[in-house]
Amino acid sequence: MSNTTPAIELTGATKRFRTPSGALHTAVRDLDLTVAQGEFVAVVGPTGCGKSTTLTLVSGLEEPTEGEVRVYGEPVRGIDPKVGFVFQQDAVFPWRTVLSNVMAGPRFRGVPAAEARDRARDWLARVGLAAFEDRYPHQLSGGMRKRVALAQTFVNDPAILLMDEPFSALDVQTRALMSDQLLELWAGAGSARNAASVVFVTHDLDEAIALADRVVVMTAGPATVKEIFTVDLPRPRTVEAVRLEPRFVELYREIWASLGEEVRITRERGAGRAA
Amino acid sequence: MPLETESVSASGAEPGAGSVPGTGPAPASGPAAGGKPPAVTTRTEARERAARNRKLGVLGARVAVLVAFLGLWEVCARTDVIDPFNFSQPSRIWDQIWQWTTHGTAQGSLGEQIGYTLYEALTGWVIGVIGGVLLGIALGRVRFLADVLGPYIKVLNAIPRIVLAPIFLIWFGLGPASKVASAVVLVFFPVFFNAFQGAREVDRNLVANARILGADNRRVTLQVVIPAATTWIFTSLHVSFGFALIGAIVGEYIGATKGLGLLVAAAQGTFNAAGVYAAMTILAVVALLTEGLLTFAEKKLFRWKPADAGDGR
Repeated sequence: MSNTTPAIELTGATKRFRTPSGALHTAVRDLDLTVAQGEFVAVVGPTGCGKSTTLTLVSGLEEPTEGEVRVYGEPVRGIDPKVGFVFQQDAVFPWRTVLSNVMAGPRFRGVPAAEARDRARDWLARVGLAAFEDRYPHQLSGGMRKRVALAQTFVNDPAILLMDEPFSALDVQTRALMSDQLLELWAGAGSARNAASVVFVTHDLDEAIALADRVVVMTAGPATVKEIFTVDLPRPRTVEAVRLEPRFVELYREIWASLGEEVRITRERGAGRAA
Repeated sequence: MPLETESVSASGAEPGAGSVPGTGPAPASGPAAGGKPPAVTTRTEARERAARNRKLGVLGARVAVLVAFLGLWEVCARTDVIDPFNFSQPSRIWDQIWQWTTHGTAQGSLGEQIGYTLYEALTGWVIGVIGGVLLGIALGRVRFLADVLGPYIKVLNAIPRIVLAPIFLIWFGLGPASKVASAVVLVFFPVFFNAFQGAREVDRNLVANARILGADNRRVTLQVVIPAATTWIFTSLHVSFGFALIGAIVGEYIGATKGLGLLVAAAQGTFNAAGVYAAMTILAVVALLTEGLLTFAEKKLFRWKPADAGDGR
Protein backbone atom coordinates (compact mmCIF):
# COMPACT_ATOMS: atom_id res chain seq x y z
CA MET A 1 0.00 0.00 0.00
CA SER A 2 2.35 2.69 -1.24
CA ASN A 3 1.45 6.34 -1.61
CA THR A 4 0.85 5.94 -5.33
CA THR A 5 -1.85 3.28 -4.92
CA PRO A 6 -5.13 4.95 -5.85
CA ALA A 7 -7.53 5.30 -2.93
CA ILE A 8 -10.48 4.34 -5.09
CA GLU A 9 -10.48 2.53 -8.38
CA LEU A 10 -13.60 1.61 -10.33
CA THR A 11 -13.04 -0.44 -13.48
CA GLY A 12 -15.93 -1.27 -15.78
CA ALA A 13 -18.32 -1.11 -12.83
CA THR A 14 -21.92 -1.81 -13.76
CA LYS A 15 -24.91 -1.98 -11.41
CA ARG A 16 -28.31 -3.30 -12.40
CA PHE A 17 -31.37 -3.36 -10.17
CA ARG A 18 -34.58 -5.27 -10.49
CA THR A 19 -37.37 -2.69 -10.24
CA PRO A 20 -40.55 -3.55 -8.31
CA SER A 21 -42.34 -4.09 -11.64
CA GLY A 22 -39.76 -6.75 -12.53
CA ALA A 23 -37.89 -4.84 -15.22
CA LEU A 24 -34.11 -4.62 -15.15
CA HIS A 25 -32.82 -1.11 -14.55
CA THR A 26 -29.20 -0.19 -15.20
CA ALA A 27 -28.14 2.54 -12.79
CA VAL A 28 -24.41 2.59 -13.57
CA ARG A 29 -22.84 1.36 -16.80
CA ASP A 30 -19.22 0.56 -17.46
CA LEU A 31 -17.85 3.19 -15.10
CA ASP A 32 -14.11 3.87 -14.88
CA LEU A 33 -12.92 6.26 -12.21
CA THR A 34 -9.76 6.63 -10.17
CA VAL A 35 -9.38 8.79 -7.09
CA ALA A 36 -5.87 9.42 -5.78
CA GLN A 37 -5.01 9.45 -2.07
CA GLY A 38 -5.93 12.75 -0.49
CA GLU A 39 -7.80 13.93 -3.54
CA PHE A 40 -11.14 15.73 -3.42
CA VAL A 41 -13.36 14.68 -6.32
CA ALA A 42 -16.81 16.10 -6.94
CA VAL A 43 -19.27 14.17 -9.07
CA VAL A 44 -21.98 16.10 -10.89
CA GLY A 45 -24.65 14.82 -13.19
CA PRO A 46 -28.33 15.07 -14.01
CA THR A 47 -30.88 14.08 -11.34
CA GLY A 48 -31.36 10.36 -10.87
CA CYS A 49 -28.50 9.40 -13.18
CA GLY A 50 -26.88 6.97 -10.74
CA LYS A 51 -24.41 9.17 -8.87
CA SER A 52 -25.54 7.84 -5.49
CA THR A 53 -25.30 4.25 -6.70
CA THR A 54 -21.64 4.87 -7.50
CA LEU A 55 -21.07 5.81 -3.86
CA THR A 56 -22.89 2.76 -2.49
CA LEU A 57 -20.62 0.59 -4.70
CA VAL A 58 -17.49 2.17 -3.22
CA SER A 59 -18.84 1.93 0.34
CA GLY A 60 -19.61 -1.77 0.02
CA LEU A 61 -23.29 -1.28 0.84
CA GLU A 62 -23.97 -2.68 -2.66
CA GLU A 63 -21.93 -4.97 -4.90
CA PRO A 64 -21.36 -4.21 -8.57
CA THR A 65 -23.15 -6.51 -11.03
CA GLU A 66 -20.10 -6.45 -13.26
CA GLY A 67 -16.66 -4.90 -13.12
CA GLU A 68 -14.56 -4.24 -10.07
CA VAL A 69 -14.28 -1.72 -7.24
CA ARG A 70 -10.99 -1.44 -5.38
CA VAL A 71 -10.16 0.54 -2.26
CA TYR A 72 -6.43 0.98 -1.65
CA GLY A 73 -5.81 -1.79 -4.17
CA GLU A 74 -8.07 -4.28 -2.40
CA PRO A 75 -11.34 -5.40 -4.00
CA VAL A 76 -14.32 -4.21 -1.95
CA ARG A 77 -16.00 -7.08 -0.08
CA GLY A 78 -18.61 -5.76 2.30
CA ILE A 79 -18.22 -2.56 4.25
CA ASP A 80 -14.65 -1.33 4.59
CA PRO A 81 -13.77 0.23 7.97
CA LYS A 82 -11.68 2.85 6.11
CA VAL A 83 -14.85 4.32 4.61
CA GLY A 84 -16.99 7.12 6.00
CA PHE A 85 -20.34 8.06 4.46
CA VAL A 86 -22.40 11.23 4.89
CA PHE A 87 -25.95 10.70 3.69
CA GLN A 88 -28.28 13.07 1.90
CA GLN A 89 -31.11 12.57 4.39
CA ASP A 90 -30.81 12.82 8.13
CA ALA A 91 -29.21 9.61 9.29
CA VAL A 92 -28.31 10.51 12.87
CA PHE A 93 -30.06 8.31 15.43
CA PRO A 94 -33.01 10.30 16.80
CA TRP A 95 -33.11 8.38 20.11
CA ARG A 96 -29.48 9.13 20.96
CA THR A 97 -28.17 12.42 22.26
CA VAL A 98 -25.70 14.38 20.16
CA LEU A 99 -22.73 13.04 22.13
CA SER A 100 -24.00 9.48 21.99
CA ASN A 101 -24.52 9.81 18.23
CA VAL A 102 -20.92 10.85 17.69
CA MET A 103 -19.72 8.09 20.04
CA ALA A 104 -21.65 5.47 18.06
CA GLY A 105 -18.97 4.79 15.45
CA PRO A 106 -16.06 4.18 17.85
CA ARG A 107 -18.34 2.19 20.18
CA PHE A 108 -19.51 -0.01 17.28
CA ARG A 109 -15.84 -0.61 16.51
CA GLY A 110 -15.04 -1.71 20.03
CA VAL A 111 -13.37 1.44 21.41
CA PRO A 112 -13.81 1.69 25.23
CA ALA A 113 -16.54 4.12 26.30
CA ALA A 114 -14.24 6.65 27.99
CA GLU A 115 -11.94 6.95 24.99
CA ALA A 116 -14.90 7.11 22.59
CA ARG A 117 -16.39 9.92 24.68
CA ASP A 118 -13.14 11.90 24.58
CA ARG A 119 -12.84 11.52 20.83
CA ALA A 120 -16.51 12.42 20.32
CA ARG A 121 -16.16 15.54 22.51
CA ASP A 122 -13.09 16.57 20.52
CA TRP A 123 -14.99 16.36 17.23
CA LEU A 124 -18.07 18.05 18.64
CA ALA A 125 -15.84 20.95 19.65
CA ARG A 126 -14.38 21.10 16.14
CA VAL A 127 -17.84 21.36 14.55
CA GLY A 128 -18.87 23.92 17.18
CA LEU A 129 -21.46 21.81 18.97
CA ALA A 130 -19.69 21.27 22.31
CA ALA A 131 -22.52 23.03 24.17
CA PHE A 132 -25.16 20.82 22.61
CA GLU A 133 -23.90 17.35 23.51
CA ASP A 134 -26.93 16.53 25.68
CA ARG A 135 -29.52 17.56 23.12
CA TYR A 136 -31.54 15.16 21.01
CA PRO A 137 -31.39 15.62 17.22
CA HIS A 138 -34.98 16.90 16.99
CA GLN A 139 -33.96 19.84 19.20
CA LEU A 140 -31.36 20.99 16.65
CA SER A 141 -31.65 22.88 13.38
CA GLY A 142 -31.01 21.14 10.07
CA GLY A 143 -27.53 22.63 9.79
CA MET A 144 -26.63 21.52 13.31
CA ARG A 145 -27.84 17.99 12.62
CA LYS A 146 -25.64 17.94 9.54
CA ARG A 147 -22.68 18.98 11.70
CA VAL A 148 -23.49 16.10 14.05
CA ALA A 149 -23.44 13.82 11.00
CA LEU A 150 -20.04 15.22 9.97
CA ALA A 151 -18.61 14.72 13.47
CA GLN A 152 -20.12 11.23 13.56
CA THR A 153 -18.30 10.38 10.33
CA PHE A 154 -14.99 12.14 11.02
CA VAL A 155 -14.62 10.62 14.48
CA ASN A 156 -13.98 7.26 12.82
CA ASP A 157 -11.02 8.87 11.02
CA PRO A 158 -12.00 7.61 7.55
CA ALA A 159 -9.33 7.42 4.85
CA ILE A 160 -12.11 7.58 2.29
CA LEU A 161 -14.98 10.00 2.69
CA LEU A 162 -18.09 9.50 0.58
CA MET A 163 -20.66 12.27 0.59
CA ASP A 164 -24.02 11.98 -1.10
CA GLU A 165 -25.45 15.47 -1.64
CA PRO A 166 -24.88 16.08 2.06
CA PHE A 167 -25.91 19.73 2.09
CA SER A 168 -28.76 19.66 -0.43
CA ALA A 169 -31.44 19.93 2.26
CA LEU A 170 -29.94 23.09 3.78
CA ASP A 171 -30.64 26.70 2.94
CA VAL A 172 -28.13 28.60 0.80
CA GLN A 173 -26.29 30.47 3.59
CA THR A 174 -25.98 27.40 5.80
CA ARG A 175 -24.71 25.49 2.80
CA ALA A 176 -21.87 27.90 2.16
CA LEU A 177 -20.90 27.79 5.84
CA MET A 178 -21.01 24.00 5.89
CA SER A 179 -18.88 23.78 2.74
CA ASP A 180 -16.22 25.97 4.35
CA GLN A 181 -16.39 23.91 7.50
CA LEU A 182 -16.03 20.71 5.50
CA LEU A 183 -12.89 22.04 3.79
CA GLU A 184 -11.48 23.01 7.17
CA LEU A 185 -12.21 19.63 8.74
CA TRP A 186 -10.87 17.84 5.71
CA ALA A 187 -7.58 19.75 5.82
CA GLY A 188 -7.37 19.61 9.65
CA ALA A 189 -8.08 15.91 9.98
CA GLY A 190 -4.94 15.08 8.07
CA SER A 191 -2.55 16.13 10.81
CA ALA A 192 -1.72 12.52 11.67
CA ARG A 193 -1.43 11.32 8.08
CA ASN A 194 -2.58 12.36 4.63
CA ALA A 195 -5.97 13.98 4.24
CA ALA A 196 -8.89 11.72 3.39
CA SER A 197 -9.84 11.05 -0.21
CA VAL A 198 -13.26 12.52 -0.83
CA VAL A 199 -15.94 11.69 -3.36
CA PHE A 200 -18.58 14.38 -3.11
CA VAL A 201 -21.78 13.86 -5.10
CA THR A 202 -23.79 16.99 -5.77
CA HIS A 203 -26.12 18.54 -8.31
CA ASP A 204 -24.80 22.01 -7.50
CA LEU A 205 -21.99 22.95 -9.87
CA ASP A 206 -20.96 25.96 -7.73
CA GLU A 207 -20.44 23.71 -4.75
CA ALA A 208 -18.54 21.15 -6.86
CA ILE A 209 -16.03 23.63 -8.26
CA ALA A 210 -15.54 25.45 -4.95
CA LEU A 211 -14.70 22.24 -3.09
CA ALA A 212 -13.00 19.86 -5.47
CA ASP A 213 -9.64 19.16 -7.08
CA ARG A 214 -11.40 17.47 -9.97
CA VAL A 215 -14.99 17.59 -11.17
CA VAL A 216 -16.40 14.47 -12.81
CA VAL A 217 -19.34 15.01 -15.14
CA MET A 218 -21.64 12.00 -15.47
CA THR A 219 -23.84 11.21 -18.46
CA ALA A 220 -27.61 10.94 -18.28
CA GLY A 221 -28.51 7.57 -16.70
CA PRO A 222 -27.25 4.88 -16.83
CA ALA A 223 -24.33 6.79 -15.40
CA THR A 224 -20.87 6.65 -16.82
CA VAL A 225 -18.06 9.19 -16.84
CA LYS A 226 -18.47 11.79 -19.56
CA GLU A 227 -15.66 14.20 -18.89
CA ILE A 228 -13.29 15.10 -16.07
CA PHE A 229 -12.21 18.68 -15.33
CA THR A 230 -9.28 19.68 -13.16
CA VAL A 231 -10.00 22.61 -10.87
CA ASP A 232 -6.74 24.58 -10.69
CA LEU A 233 -7.87 27.07 -8.06
CA PRO A 234 -5.42 27.58 -5.19
CA ARG A 235 -6.13 26.27 -1.69
CA PRO A 236 -7.06 27.09 1.03
CA ARG A 237 -10.34 28.28 -0.44
CA THR A 238 -13.44 29.80 1.04
CA VAL A 239 -16.61 29.25 -0.90
CA GLU A 240 -17.79 32.86 -1.05
CA ALA A 241 -14.40 34.24 -2.13
CA VAL A 242 -13.50 31.61 -4.70
CA ARG A 243 -16.82 32.10 -6.46
CA LEU A 244 -15.79 35.60 -7.52
CA GLU A 245 -12.52 34.61 -9.19
CA PRO A 246 -12.40 34.85 -12.99
CA ARG A 247 -10.96 31.34 -13.26
CA PHE A 248 -13.96 30.00 -11.31
CA VAL A 249 -16.38 31.58 -13.76
CA GLU A 250 -14.38 30.23 -16.68
CA LEU A 251 -14.43 26.72 -15.24
CA TYR A 252 -18.12 27.02 -14.51
CA ARG A 253 -18.83 27.90 -18.13
CA GLU A 254 -16.69 25.02 -19.44
CA ILE A 255 -18.19 22.39 -17.17
CA TRP A 256 -21.73 23.62 -17.59
CA ALA A 257 -21.37 23.29 -21.38
CA SER A 258 -20.68 19.60 -20.81
CA LEU A 259 -23.20 19.03 -18.00
CA GLY A 260 -26.01 21.08 -19.52
CA GLU A 261 -26.26 18.74 -22.47
CA GLU A 262 -26.82 15.73 -20.20
CA VAL A 263 -29.34 17.63 -18.12
CA ARG A 264 -31.24 18.44 -21.31
CA ILE A 265 -31.24 14.78 -22.39
CA THR A 266 -32.59 13.73 -18.99
CA ARG A 267 -35.29 16.36 -19.11
CA GLU A 268 -36.40 15.38 -22.62
CA ARG A 269 -36.56 11.73 -21.58
CA GLY A 270 -38.68 12.67 -18.59
CA ALA A 271 -41.00 14.66 -20.85
CA GLY A 272 -41.18 11.74 -23.29
CA ARG A 273 -42.08 9.38 -20.47
CA ALA A 274 -44.72 11.72 -19.15
CA ALA A 275 -46.35 12.13 -22.58
CA MET B 1 -46.73 37.53 42.28
CA PRO B 2 -48.45 38.63 39.02
CA LEU B 3 -45.21 40.35 37.99
CA GLU B 4 -43.38 37.05 38.14
CA THR B 5 -45.81 35.19 35.94
CA GLU B 6 -45.70 38.04 33.42
CA SER B 7 -41.97 37.97 32.93
CA VAL B 8 -41.91 34.19 32.63
CA SER B 9 -44.64 34.06 30.04
CA ALA B 10 -43.22 37.00 28.10
CA SER B 11 -39.80 35.40 27.70
CA GLY B 12 -41.43 32.10 26.81
CA ALA B 13 -43.38 33.71 24.00
CA GLU B 14 -40.24 34.90 22.24
CA PRO B 15 -38.73 32.21 20.03
CA GLY B 16 -35.17 31.41 20.98
CA ALA B 17 -35.26 33.05 24.40
CA GLY B 18 -36.36 29.77 25.93
CA SER B 19 -33.43 27.82 24.52
CA VAL B 20 -31.10 28.80 27.34
CA PRO B 21 -33.20 28.18 30.44
CA GLY B 22 -31.99 29.40 33.80
CA THR B 23 -29.09 31.69 33.05
CA GLY B 24 -29.72 33.58 29.82
CA PRO B 25 -33.23 35.05 29.88
CA ALA B 26 -32.99 37.20 32.99
CA PRO B 27 -30.53 39.86 31.71
CA ALA B 28 -31.54 39.43 28.06
CA SER B 29 -35.27 39.92 28.55
CA GLY B 30 -34.77 42.89 30.88
CA PRO B 31 -34.29 45.60 28.25
CA ALA B 32 -36.61 43.85 25.79
CA ALA B 33 -39.42 43.81 28.32
CA GLY B 34 -38.65 47.45 29.14
CA GLY B 35 -39.16 48.46 25.52
CA LYS B 36 -42.89 47.87 25.28
CA PRO B 37 -44.01 45.91 28.29
CA PRO B 38 -47.72 46.85 28.36
CA ALA B 39 -48.63 45.41 24.94
CA VAL B 40 -46.73 42.16 25.47
CA THR B 41 -48.05 41.61 28.98
CA THR B 42 -51.70 42.24 28.30
CA ARG B 43 -51.76 40.18 25.15
CA THR B 44 -49.95 37.24 26.68
CA GLU B 45 -52.12 37.51 29.75
CA ALA B 46 -55.29 37.59 27.70
CA ARG B 47 -54.13 34.56 25.72
CA GLU B 48 -53.29 32.71 28.90
CA ARG B 49 -56.60 33.56 30.45
CA ALA B 50 -58.43 32.38 27.34
CA ALA B 51 -56.54 29.08 27.42
CA ARG B 52 -57.35 28.62 31.11
CA ASN B 53 -61.02 29.44 30.54
CA ARG B 54 -61.20 26.95 27.72
CA LYS B 55 -59.74 24.22 29.92
CA LEU B 56 -62.25 24.99 32.67
CA GLY B 57 -65.07 25.01 30.13
CA VAL B 58 -64.13 21.58 28.79
CA LEU B 59 -63.83 20.18 32.30
CA GLY B 60 -67.16 21.68 33.33
CA ALA B 61 -68.93 20.31 30.27
CA ARG B 62 -67.47 16.87 30.93
CA VAL B 63 -68.79 16.82 34.49
CA ALA B 64 -72.16 18.12 33.26
CA VAL B 65 -72.46 15.25 30.76
CA LEU B 66 -71.74 12.69 33.49
CA VAL B 67 -74.14 14.28 35.99
CA ALA B 68 -76.89 14.56 33.36
CA PHE B 69 -76.48 10.93 32.32
CA LEU B 70 -76.47 9.55 35.87
CA GLY B 71 -79.26 11.91 36.94
CA LEU B 72 -81.50 10.93 34.04
CA TRP B 73 -80.86 7.24 34.75
CA GLU B 74 -81.67 7.67 38.44
CA VAL B 75 -84.83 9.69 37.77
CA CYS B 76 -86.07 7.26 35.10
CA ALA B 77 -85.52 4.33 37.46
CA ARG B 78 -87.25 6.02 40.40
CA THR B 79 -90.28 7.05 38.30
CA ASP B 80 -90.47 3.52 36.82
CA VAL B 81 -89.87 4.69 33.25
CA ILE B 82 -87.28 1.88 33.15
CA ASP B 83 -87.45 -1.20 35.33
CA PRO B 84 -84.88 -0.76 38.15
CA PHE B 85 -84.76 -4.54 38.67
CA ASN B 86 -83.33 -5.08 35.16
CA PHE B 87 -81.55 -1.80 34.57
CA SER B 88 -80.62 -0.91 38.15
CA GLN B 89 -79.85 2.70 39.07
CA PRO B 90 -76.75 4.73 40.05
CA SER B 91 -77.65 4.89 43.75
CA ARG B 92 -77.98 1.11 43.98
CA ILE B 93 -74.71 0.60 42.13
CA TRP B 94 -73.03 2.94 44.57
CA ASP B 95 -74.58 1.06 47.50
CA GLN B 96 -73.26 -2.19 46.02
CA ILE B 97 -69.72 -0.83 45.65
CA TRP B 98 -69.90 0.57 49.17
CA GLN B 99 -71.11 -2.76 50.56
CA TRP B 100 -68.37 -4.69 48.76
CA THR B 101 -65.76 -2.27 50.03
CA THR B 102 -66.89 -2.32 53.65
CA HIS B 103 -68.21 -5.88 54.09
CA GLY B 104 -66.33 -7.72 51.32
CA THR B 105 -67.83 -9.93 48.65
CA ALA B 106 -69.04 -13.53 48.88
CA GLN B 107 -65.59 -14.66 47.66
CA GLY B 108 -63.56 -12.50 50.05
CA SER B 109 -62.56 -8.84 50.22
CA LEU B 110 -62.96 -6.58 47.17
CA GLY B 111 -59.25 -5.77 47.17
CA GLU B 112 -58.45 -9.44 46.88
CA GLN B 113 -60.70 -9.79 43.81
CA ILE B 114 -59.11 -6.76 42.14
CA GLY B 115 -55.67 -8.07 43.03
CA TYR B 116 -56.41 -11.46 41.48
CA THR B 117 -57.69 -10.02 38.24
CA LEU B 118 -54.80 -7.55 37.98
CA TYR B 119 -52.27 -10.29 38.72
CA GLU B 120 -53.69 -12.50 35.97
CA ALA B 121 -53.96 -9.68 33.46
CA LEU B 122 -50.48 -8.34 34.23
CA THR B 123 -48.80 -11.75 34.05
CA GLY B 124 -50.57 -12.54 30.78
CA TRP B 125 -49.71 -9.12 29.42
CA VAL B 126 -46.01 -9.38 30.26
CA ILE B 127 -45.70 -12.86 28.76
CA GLY B 128 -47.69 -11.85 25.67
CA VAL B 129 -45.68 -8.65 25.16
CA ILE B 130 -42.30 -10.36 25.54
CA GLY B 131 -43.33 -13.14 23.17
CA GLY B 132 -44.84 -10.73 20.66
CA VAL B 133 -41.88 -8.35 20.66
CA LEU B 134 -39.25 -11.11 20.41
CA LEU B 135 -41.01 -12.96 17.61
CA GLY B 136 -42.02 -9.74 15.84
CA ILE B 137 -38.46 -8.39 15.78
CA ALA B 138 -37.04 -11.80 14.82
CA LEU B 139 -39.46 -12.22 11.91
CA GLY B 140 -39.01 -8.60 10.90
CA ARG B 141 -35.23 -9.04 10.71
CA VAL B 142 -34.94 -12.59 9.35
CA ARG B 143 -36.74 -12.92 6.08
CA PHE B 144 -36.54 -16.72 6.01
CA LEU B 145 -38.37 -16.98 9.34
CA ALA B 146 -41.05 -14.55 8.18
CA ASP B 147 -41.62 -16.48 4.95
CA VAL B 148 -41.88 -19.83 6.76
CA LEU B 149 -43.96 -18.79 9.79
CA GLY B 150 -46.03 -16.00 8.20
CA PRO B 151 -48.97 -18.13 7.00
CA TYR B 152 -49.27 -19.98 10.31
CA ILE B 153 -49.42 -16.76 12.26
CA LYS B 154 -52.13 -15.48 9.91
CA VAL B 155 -54.17 -18.66 10.47
CA LEU B 156 -53.81 -18.45 14.26
CA ASN B 157 -54.75 -14.80 14.16
CA ALA B 158 -57.92 -15.65 12.24
CA ILE B 159 -59.21 -17.82 15.13
CA PRO B 160 -61.57 -15.84 17.39
CA ARG B 161 -59.29 -16.18 20.37
CA ILE B 162 -61.90 -15.62 23.06
CA VAL B 163 -63.33 -19.09 22.30
CA LEU B 164 -60.01 -20.53 23.46
CA ALA B 165 -60.88 -19.56 27.05
CA PRO B 166 -63.03 -22.72 27.68
CA ILE B 167 -60.18 -24.89 26.32
CA PHE B 168 -57.70 -23.19 28.64
CA LEU B 169 -60.10 -23.81 31.53
CA ILE B 170 -60.05 -27.53 30.71
CA TRP B 171 -56.26 -27.54 30.30
CA PHE B 172 -55.20 -25.37 33.21
CA GLY B 173 -58.12 -25.62 35.67
CA LEU B 174 -59.98 -23.00 37.71
CA GLY B 175 -56.85 -21.24 39.01
CA PRO B 176 -55.10 -18.17 37.55
CA ALA B 177 -53.17 -20.17 34.91
CA SER B 178 -56.15 -20.49 32.54
CA LYS B 179 -56.84 -16.72 32.74
CA VAL B 180 -53.20 -15.89 32.14
CA ALA B 181 -53.32 -18.09 29.05
CA SER B 182 -56.38 -16.28 27.66
CA ALA B 183 -54.71 -12.93 28.31
CA VAL B 184 -51.51 -14.09 26.57
CA VAL B 185 -53.24 -15.13 23.34
CA LEU B 186 -55.17 -11.88 23.23
CA VAL B 187 -52.08 -9.73 23.87
CA PHE B 188 -49.60 -11.58 21.68
CA PHE B 189 -51.02 -10.83 18.24
CA PRO B 190 -51.40 -7.05 18.26
CA VAL B 191 -47.97 -6.70 19.86
CA PHE B 192 -46.43 -9.16 17.41
CA PHE B 193 -47.84 -7.44 14.33
CA ASN B 194 -46.75 -4.02 15.52
CA ALA B 195 -43.23 -5.17 16.41
CA PHE B 196 -42.98 -6.94 13.06
CA GLN B 197 -44.13 -3.86 11.17
CA GLY B 198 -41.84 -1.65 13.25
CA ALA B 199 -38.82 -3.81 12.48
CA ARG B 200 -39.70 -3.85 8.79
CA GLU B 201 -40.20 -0.11 8.47
CA VAL B 202 -36.94 1.04 10.03
CA ASP B 203 -35.46 3.92 8.03
CA ARG B 204 -33.02 2.34 5.58
CA ASN B 205 -30.71 5.32 5.97
CA LEU B 206 -30.34 4.68 9.69
CA VAL B 207 -29.43 1.05 9.08
CA ALA B 208 -26.99 1.98 6.31
CA ASN B 209 -25.42 4.64 8.53
CA ALA B 210 -25.01 2.21 11.44
CA ARG B 211 -23.40 -0.36 9.18
CA ILE B 212 -20.99 2.19 7.72
CA LEU B 213 -20.11 3.37 11.22
CA GLY B 214 -19.11 -0.21 12.01
CA ALA B 215 -22.15 -1.95 13.50
CA ASP B 216 -22.51 -5.70 12.92
CA ASN B 217 -25.91 -7.38 12.44
CA ARG B 218 -26.43 -7.91 16.16
CA ARG B 219 -25.72 -4.25 16.93
CA VAL B 220 -27.98 -3.10 14.09
CA THR B 221 -30.81 -5.15 15.60
CA LEU B 222 -30.20 -4.08 19.20
CA GLN B 223 -29.25 -0.45 18.69
CA VAL B 224 -31.13 0.60 15.57
CA VAL B 225 -34.05 -1.73 14.82
CA ILE B 226 -35.33 -2.12 18.39
CA PRO B 227 -35.20 1.58 19.33
CA ALA B 228 -36.82 2.49 16.02
CA ALA B 229 -39.57 -0.08 16.56
CA THR B 230 -40.37 1.01 20.13
CA THR B 231 -42.77 3.68 18.88
CA TRP B 232 -44.75 1.00 17.08
CA ILE B 233 -44.52 -1.40 20.00
CA PHE B 234 -45.70 1.17 22.52
CA THR B 235 -48.77 1.97 20.45
CA SER B 236 -49.75 -1.68 20.74
CA LEU B 237 -49.02 -1.79 24.49
CA HIS B 238 -51.87 0.60 25.22
CA VAL B 239 -54.41 -1.45 23.31
CA SER B 240 -53.04 -4.76 24.50
CA PHE B 241 -53.31 -4.04 28.20
CA GLY B 242 -57.03 -3.62 27.64
CA PHE B 243 -56.99 -6.99 25.89
CA ALA B 244 -55.19 -8.59 28.80
CA LEU B 245 -57.92 -7.39 31.16
CA ILE B 246 -60.56 -8.75 28.80
CA GLY B 247 -58.77 -12.11 28.70
CA ALA B 248 -58.57 -12.31 32.49
CA ILE B 249 -62.20 -11.24 33.03
CA VAL B 250 -63.64 -13.58 30.40
CA GLY B 251 -61.59 -16.43 31.84
CA GLU B 252 -62.91 -15.67 35.31
CA TYR B 253 -66.42 -15.30 34.02
CA ILE B 254 -66.35 -18.80 32.54
CA GLY B 255 -65.01 -20.40 35.67
CA ALA B 256 -62.89 -19.24 38.59
CA THR B 257 -62.60 -19.16 42.36
CA LYS B 258 -61.65 -15.48 42.68
CA GLY B 259 -61.64 -12.30 40.63
CA LEU B 260 -63.78 -9.46 39.26
CA GLY B 261 -65.08 -11.64 36.41
CA LEU B 262 -66.40 -14.06 39.00
CA LEU B 263 -68.15 -11.15 40.75
CA VAL B 264 -69.89 -10.32 37.48
CA ALA B 265 -70.87 -13.97 36.97
CA ALA B 266 -72.12 -14.33 40.55
CA ALA B 267 -74.14 -11.09 40.39
CA GLN B 268 -75.67 -12.19 37.10
CA GLY B 269 -76.55 -15.58 38.62
CA THR B 270 -78.55 -13.89 41.40
CA PHE B 271 -80.22 -11.34 39.04
CA ASN B 272 -78.27 -8.59 40.77
CA ALA B 273 -77.96 -6.02 37.96
CA ALA B 274 -76.39 -3.48 40.32
CA GLY B 275 -73.62 -5.98 41.07
CA VAL B 276 -72.77 -6.37 37.37
CA TYR B 277 -72.61 -2.60 36.92
CA ALA B 278 -70.60 -2.18 40.10
CA ALA B 279 -67.99 -4.69 38.94
CA MET B 280 -67.87 -2.94 35.55
CA THR B 281 -67.29 0.41 37.20
CA ILE B 282 -64.44 -0.95 39.31
CA LEU B 283 -62.90 -2.51 36.19
CA ALA B 284 -63.08 0.76 34.30
CA VAL B 285 -61.29 2.60 37.11
CA VAL B 286 -58.58 -0.08 37.27
CA ALA B 287 -58.09 0.05 33.48
CA LEU B 288 -57.83 3.85 33.49
CA LEU B 289 -55.27 3.84 36.29
CA THR B 290 -53.01 1.33 34.52
CA GLU B 291 -53.38 3.26 31.28
CA GLY B 292 -52.18 6.36 33.13
CA LEU B 293 -49.13 4.50 34.42
CA LEU B 294 -48.31 3.33 30.91
CA THR B 295 -48.53 6.85 29.50
CA PHE B 296 -46.23 8.05 32.27
CA ALA B 297 -43.66 5.35 31.41
CA GLU B 298 -43.93 6.21 27.72
CA LYS B 299 -43.20 9.87 28.36
CA LYS B 300 -40.04 8.92 30.25
CA LEU B 301 -38.93 6.57 27.51
CA PHE B 302 -39.58 8.85 24.53
CA ARG B 303 -37.77 11.97 25.63
CA TRP B 304 -35.94 11.88 22.30
CA LYS B 305 -39.12 12.49 20.32
CA PRO B 306 -40.42 15.92 19.39
CA ALA B 307 -43.29 16.78 21.74
CA ASP B 308 -45.93 17.30 19.05
CA ALA B 309 -45.32 13.95 17.38
CA GLY B 310 -46.50 12.11 20.47
CA ASP B 311 -50.00 13.58 20.28
CA GLY B 312 -50.93 11.89 17.04
CA ARG B 313 -52.20 8.76 18.77
